[in-house]
Amino acid sequence: MLVALTAMSGLAIITAFIFKEGLPIINKVGVWNFIFSGDWHPKEGKFGIAPMIVGSIAVTSGAMIIAVVLGVGCAIVLTQFCPRKLTGVLKPSIELLAGIPSVVYGFIGVTTLVPLIRDYLGGPGLSVLASSIVLGVMALPTVTSISVDALQAVPLAYREGSIALGATEWQTTRMVMLRAGKSGIVAAVILGMGRAVGETMAVIMVAGNTLVMPDGPLSPVRTLTSHIAMEMGYSAGDHRKALFATGVVLFVIIMALNTIALAVSHRKAARAGR
Amino acid sequence: MKWFILITLCIAGLVAWSLLGPDRRDSAHVVNVLGSTSVEPFAGMLAEEVNRKYPTLKVKVQGGGSAAGLLAIENNIADIGMCSRALKDDEKSRYAGIEIARDSLAIVAHPSNPLSGLTSDQIRHIFAGSVANWKDVGGPDRPIRLITREEGSGTREAFTTLMMEERRQTVTRDASGKTVTHEQTIKHMISLKALTQESNGAVKELVKHDPCAIGYMSLGLVGKELKILAVDGVVPTCQAVLEGRYVLARPFLFVIKGKPSDSAKLFIRYVLSPRGQELLEKEGLVRSCNASLPPQEGSVPTR
Repeated sequence: MLVALTAMSGLAIITAFIFKEGLPIINKVGVWNFIFSGDWHPKEGKFGIAPMIVGSIAVTSGAMIIAVVLGVGCAIVLTQFCPRKLTGVLKPSIELLAGIPSVVYGFIGVTTLVPLIRDYLGGPGLSVLASSIVLGVMALPTVTSISVDALQAVPLAYREGSIALGATEWQTTRMVMLRAGKSGIVAAVILGMGRAVGETMAVIMVAGNTLVMPDGPLSPVRTLTSHIAMEMGYSAGDHRKALFATGVVLFVIIMALNTIALAVSHRKAARAGR
Repeated sequence: MKWFILITLCIAGLVAWSLLGPDRRDSAHVVNVLGSTSVEPFAGMLAEEVNRKYPTLKVKVQGGGSAAGLLAIENNIADIGMCSRALKDDEKSRYAGIEIARDSLAIVAHPSNPLSGLTSDQIRHIFAGSVANWKDVGGPDRPIRLITREEGSGTREAFTTLMMEERRQTVTRDASGKTVTHEQTIKHMISLKALTQESNGAVKELVKHDPCAIGYMSLGLVGKELKILAVDGVVPTCQAVLEGRYVLARPFLFVIKGKPSDSAKLFIRYVLSPRGQELLEKEGLVRSCNASLPPQEGSVPTR
């Protein structure tokens, strides 16, 4: 009980601190200006983070498309269509991927992925696409691993019953297994999304970090996290508070995403009469 | 209950370790040097030499950017701050900057770029974003991709001050017919569309692989993989910097606040000694004007 309280109070203290430092400057600059203006000139007192918000959303969406499609797909193959022994080998290998430091992903991205995008697709190579791919690959082990656990937790009777009733394996997977494991898969996606939104180092290396709004998947972008990391070292006074305010926005976005995801999964479960 | 005891023991162990840890005893001989990523590799190399020569001395070098270095000495986190630009007036009143070497900024491009040099005006317009294609400055038909450093970088600050500020002189006649020269400084801003990277190394990596790229970085760190463009016809060499012909030259400073510790003084003296300057020159820097300081008395900490 004490340990749980300690953990929660730690989180509460951090949250309170971020809001305490960040809210005054949002008040000073004006909520509208801060969130919707693209003018970031700390020396002149202008703090608008719209390009960074759009950047974070774009990069995270791209990453989740890759992570969910490949991750849940992988989980389905591993649990429904793979012999048990093979699953026993493949699952730990995928979990190993989660242990690779993010800076290594960034490094591989810069040296291999970025030139590929630049030579074959155009643009500077440092782009939304590159960041999405790198982040998607980073979130993949998390999504896969937890989805596998969720699908394996579905009672065998569901699967056997469905096949006994004459459904094919794919019909069973689509209509029975996925629905049964849904809450676990949603949890997996939320966790993967959390990893993607919060990733800083790898994104700084492959995103280009320009201060303008990205106008397509091939244009360079700056996310909220890289913005904080890049300017943190030398900021002072209002500039530093504005970075905390960026943290506030990031916090709000993550909370909103989590709440929506949880609400969606609960609503579907309630409707299914569980 | 068992887990509770185990966790308490772990926390107690960590606390004890941090209190009784190795650095406590010889913290008097640790010199923390923090700041510019341009100065960092050179300071690191010198730190290794000094640590080897004086085993009781421990010099630790970190990057973070020139502005971070100044912030660090202001808050007494570091003993010496590294700065790759001249100190501003308000900074000069609070800190002392010791020039340890002179470095030049090189304008770099991909090796396949056919241009051999650009004028200051062209460079200024390119980095301000008003020239978008290489063919407008005499090169091939490719879009220009700008690579710049982050805002706290001393390299960026030096580049902005030395290149992006245009000094115009206009001569007019005032009411009594005398000629009056007006000096105007127009500050051009680096385009917001420039790709921002966090260190000289990252800039080098990008320019190395992108035929459309142009960037600026410390000359000492360029190596052989990039093409260095001449500025106004002058190729950056040690000679050109010493003679003042190359316009993009900047000082590497060790900045201190107040009185430095004995260990810090020892390190600074080593860097300014003939041996230290020789090592820096071998790495591509130009020796400092302070370089010929005679060896001073001082004791090596022997404890």
